[in-house]
Amino acid sequence: MRAVIAEDSVLLRVGVVKVLEAAGFEVCAEVGDAAGLLAAVDEHRPDIAVTDVRMPPGFSDEGVRAALLIRSQHPETAVLLLSQYVEERYAADLLSANTAGVGYLLKQRVADVEEFAEAARRVAAGGTALDPQVVAQLLVRRHSDPLDRLTPREREVLELMAGGRSNAGIAAELVVSDGAVSKHINNIFAKLDLPKADADHRRVLAVLRFLGVAGQ
Amino acid sequence: MARYVRRPFQGAGRATALLAAGVAVLLSSVLTVGLLWALLAALALWSWAWAWGVAVVAPVAAAPLLSRIQRQRFRLLSGVGIAVPEGLAERPGLRGMVPWLRSAAGRRQLRYHFLAGPLIVLGGALMLACWVVGAAAATVYLWIWVTSTHWRADNPGYTAKAAYLTVAGVALLYGAGWFAKALARVDTAAARTLLGPSREEQLARRVTDLADSRASVIDAADAERRRIERDLHDGAQQRLVALAVNLGLAKVTLGDLSDEARAVIDDAHREAKEAITELGNLVRGLHPAVLEDRGLDAALSGIAARLPIPVRVAVDLPHRPLPTIEAVAYFVVSEALTNVVKHARATRAEVTVEQIGGTLLVVVTDDGVGGAELSAALGAEPGAETGAVSQGTGLAGLAKRVASVDGTLSCHSPVGGPTVITVELPCAP
Repeated sequence: MRAVIAEDSVLLRVGVVKVLEAAGFEVCAEVGDAAGLLAAVDEHRPDIAVTDVRMPPGFSDEGVRAALLIRSQHPETAVLLLSQYVEERYAADLLSANTAGVGYLLKQRVADVEEFAEAARRVAAGGTALDPQVVAQLLVRRHSDPLDRLTPREREVLELMAGGRSNAGIAAELVVSDGAVSKHINNIFAKLDLPKADADHRRVLAVLRFLGVAGQ
Repeated sequence: MARYVRRPFQGAGRATALLAAGVAVLLSSVLTVGLLWALLAALALWSWAWAWGVAVVAPVAAAPLLSRIQRQRFRLLSGVGIAVPEGLAERPGLRGMVPWLRSAAGRRQLRYHFLAGPLIVLGGALMLACWVVGAAAATVYLWIWVTSTHWRADNPGYTAKAAYLTVAGVALLYGAGWFAKALARVDTAAARTLLGPSREEQLARRVTDLADSRASVIDAADAERRRIERDLHDGAQQRLVALAVNLGLAKVTLGDLSDEARAVIDDAHREAKEAITELGNLVRGLHPAVLEDRGLDAALSGIAARLPIPVRVAVDLPHRPLPTIEAVAYFVVSEALTNVVKHARATRAEVTVEQIGGTLLVVVTDDGVGGAELSAALGAEPGAETGAVSQGTGLAGLAKRVASVDGTLSCHSPVGGPTVITVELPCAP
């Protein structure tokens, strides 16, 4: 799989390149700002664009804006945002545009090489990867809503679902059986009053409701 | 010995010069007015009454000029700067004269020119006379020598009398030195009170100055925190992440390692990640980047997300407050929530931030055991029998930080809870 990287800190950029190459990605371009990123994506049409949020010249949300542009202009390119701190609005912006092929991780996660490579592969393949801290922070804004009816365990399961994990991944993380996870997920669907359509669609809806980016 | 002889005269010269200048100013003023009066009276241009009128009106009209001259006198001759009272024109001109005379400060100037000043000048004249008479008496032998020998022949016994005179003269000189210094002090004090700003004005100005300097100290401390945050972010944090990434890569890519080597790399990797977390916590405590970039809402949600209990955050602000106020609000919420987790045994907490007029209202509520007291800051132990807890030191620190920007902090925390901490901070409406 091919990747493009935008990160203004050279040290970290080199690290991200090394990790992705070790994970089997082919890094076609590494740039230091949003304009460079858009040009590189236009040129190389990569499977994934990994980008910092704060970049020159404004050092505010250049990376997020570039990511939204990439998602609308090149739907085949997935986007993984790296951020120094959690800003849930960025995650909401990204996810309300498209829930497939997006990720939002804290920069320090790159150090967990294998997990980071896993997340990058998942996003490149059209999945989702949200940092646990992003998920936790999104919960803070919850006012009274159906999510309050969830048990702590169900909440954990939903958080992991939002992070893009499969049932097996969730079971491994919580050290429970696959069956227990399915039961929790069915309870979540019931408590959130989600229609009994196909399972994947309900899954996405549950996550969206959880993130507060879809209407109740 | 010489020290005791000279000491009474030290500074007397300056004092004398100051007072002599005062005498000169008054004399020349009186002469000017007298001349004016005599001229008008002699010419009989108008009636006598007019001439008298001029004699009264002219000095009053010249009061601002006199004030300027007197201030110069003190500045040049005794090095005392007397400020112009707040709101009082130094050169009021014709139109400004009425408000000048009506103002309290203006009337105080008149009191100096027409009451305190002349009295002191009378004293000054007396002092000058003392100097002259004292000097003449102390040197009486000199005068006797220059007189004709006939006088000495006609006045036998002059030697003894002249000795008394000399002693009296020296005493008078000492007295004049002391008197000059005392009178100069009185003059300076009177001029300071009557020509300068009143005590209230001085205090008001001092308060303004102190408020300004305090604000700039707080702003400087704030800017320094931000600078340290940026430096750490651009330097140490990036390097640590790069280091952790490299160690992580080493772990994954170096397959043929001994168990010991692998353990060492594992340890180093874990340490590096912990260092990143610790540095991140430190930076957040200083001044988090998210606060500067995104404001209170994002920064407070960030704090809430890291806490082990659910915290609801509601920030409703029409615009961003000043950075200093934002930083205080952030710090207060951060500390208050830390206290809640540490002491309150709460299951949930709530933070609301809103603006009401010129006040930023921050309320932190928890459903814990209560019993938090501001006064517990003074070292009182928590009441063990009631199960109350002390959030003392933390709260006192918060109150200080809030007070530094003229805000108020109140804490309502009955034993058994709930605890409500309310902070009001000034902010532009």
